[in-house]
Amino acid sequence: MSSQCGSADVTAPKPKGLFNYFSSALWDYNVALVQMLALCPALAVTTTATNGLGMGLATTLVLMITNAIISALRHSISPAVRNPLMIGIIAGVVTLIDMAINAWMHELYKVLGLFIALIVTNCAVLGRAESFCSRNPVLPSILDGAGMGIGFTWVLVVIGGIREILGSGTLFAQASLLLGEHFHWLEITVFPDFQGILLAILPPGAFIVLGFVLAFKRVIDRRRAERRVRTHGELIVLQ
Amino acid sequence: MNELSQTPPAEAGEQRITRPGLLEAWRERVAYQALSLGLVCALVALALLLGNQLTRQRIADAELQDRLAVLRQVLPQSLYDNNPLADAYRIEDAELGMLEVYPARREGQLTATAFQVSTIGYGGPIVQLIALDSEGRILGVRVLSHKETPGLADKIEVARSDWIKGFDGLSLASTPLDQWAVKKDGGQFDQFAGATITPRAIVKGVLRALEFQARQSTAQSNQETRP
Repeated sequence: MSSQCGSADVTAPKPKGLFNYFSSALWDYNVALVQMLALCPALAVTTTATNGLGMGLATTLVLMITNAIISALRHSISPAVRNPLMIGIIAGVVTLIDMAINAWMHELYKVLGLFIALIVTNCAVLGRAESFCSRNPVLPSILDGAGMGIGFTWVLVVIGGIREILGSGTLFAQASLLLGEHFHWLEITVFPDFQGILLAILPPGAFIVLGFVLAFKRVIDRRRAERRVRTHGELIVLQ
Repeated sequence: MNELSQTPPAEAGEQRITRPGLLEAWRERVAYQALSLGLVCALVALALLLGNQLTRQRIADAELQDRLAVLRQVLPQSLYDNNPLADAYRIEDAELGMLEVYPARREGQLTATAFQVSTIGYGGPIVQLIALDSEGRILGVRVLSHKETPGLADKIEVARSDWIKGFDGLSLASTPLDQWAVKKDGGQFDQFAGATITPRAIVKGVLRALEFQARQSTAQSNQETRP
């Protein structure tokens, strides 16, 4: 595999079992960090860890549902019209989830409302439909959606957490709005009376933090590869 | 969009050939493609219709509660015994455009009025709610929605700063007209570091609401004295 991380040329891993569809999506084929998809919402919503978590969970739900539907329909979808079909299904599912959150989790909707509609334009959703679900049965597709979604979620939470600590001195502010009153303990004030570094909250801060997270992942991957070379005596080029 | 399809994961692929004849052949026909597209769109539309039916009432209720909660922040409970939301009306004003008016009445007497006004800020319209008592004093101002820069201009939210409470108690009588501006423009209201357009828009909205009420009450008293 080339070291370029552009677009969706990172294909699905060799399945060693059903669970592998899920686990490989968390790190080795991470939507945001490896496939570099879905960066628009990733950069736009991650001003706080809570926003990132909410966006990530909503995206995970959408991915699992659309993956299941498109995988179930994969034999009847004609390649010539597959894109409008998939977009139609994805947009419908996203809009339904948008309405459901607005109706039953209204407090959360006030935090996330603007971003949920954006999931339609999240190219990771169409990307998975196109490159995975159109060729795989329903169960692996759902697992793939869950893995990709949770892989996306943790990246959003990490970026959001870093930006929130730097920008506002808090972590998981308003998390109880998202998860319910039981999660009040999550709301931490890291630096009391902290003015915050404004840059971290503004869009450039998102790019800078993303860059650091990417670099950090590369370092870890290199360490892992070196360790594998030492223990197995074989060279596995990860990137 | 085509880039996505250029690299099929060969190992994950499932042989489409195993699915024999008929469907394969049909899929290539234009009629099948058009029909399947139409069918899926129809089903999605139906699902959205049902979803809207199920959620519409709840969403409307929740939004009503939101507005009531904001209204309670600017209108003291002691001032009214009616439901200002139910009595709300829209009015077209030459200067302000469309504005929504929430009259607060106690025992039938008008005690205060809340105006929902929209002015243009830095990032788009800023919708604010301004409550004035019957003598034209400001009871409270709150921003209902805005798209201003986070971190710079969101101090107009009461959750982030007390700035918006600086209007409380002011009126056209207490503050001369030329003071209704941010300090940069020679007025008496603070702007924020790095954000002048946003507070300017708020001050403008508040002043417009005050002037609107003044115009209305003079028009009313003219009507009353005429006969």
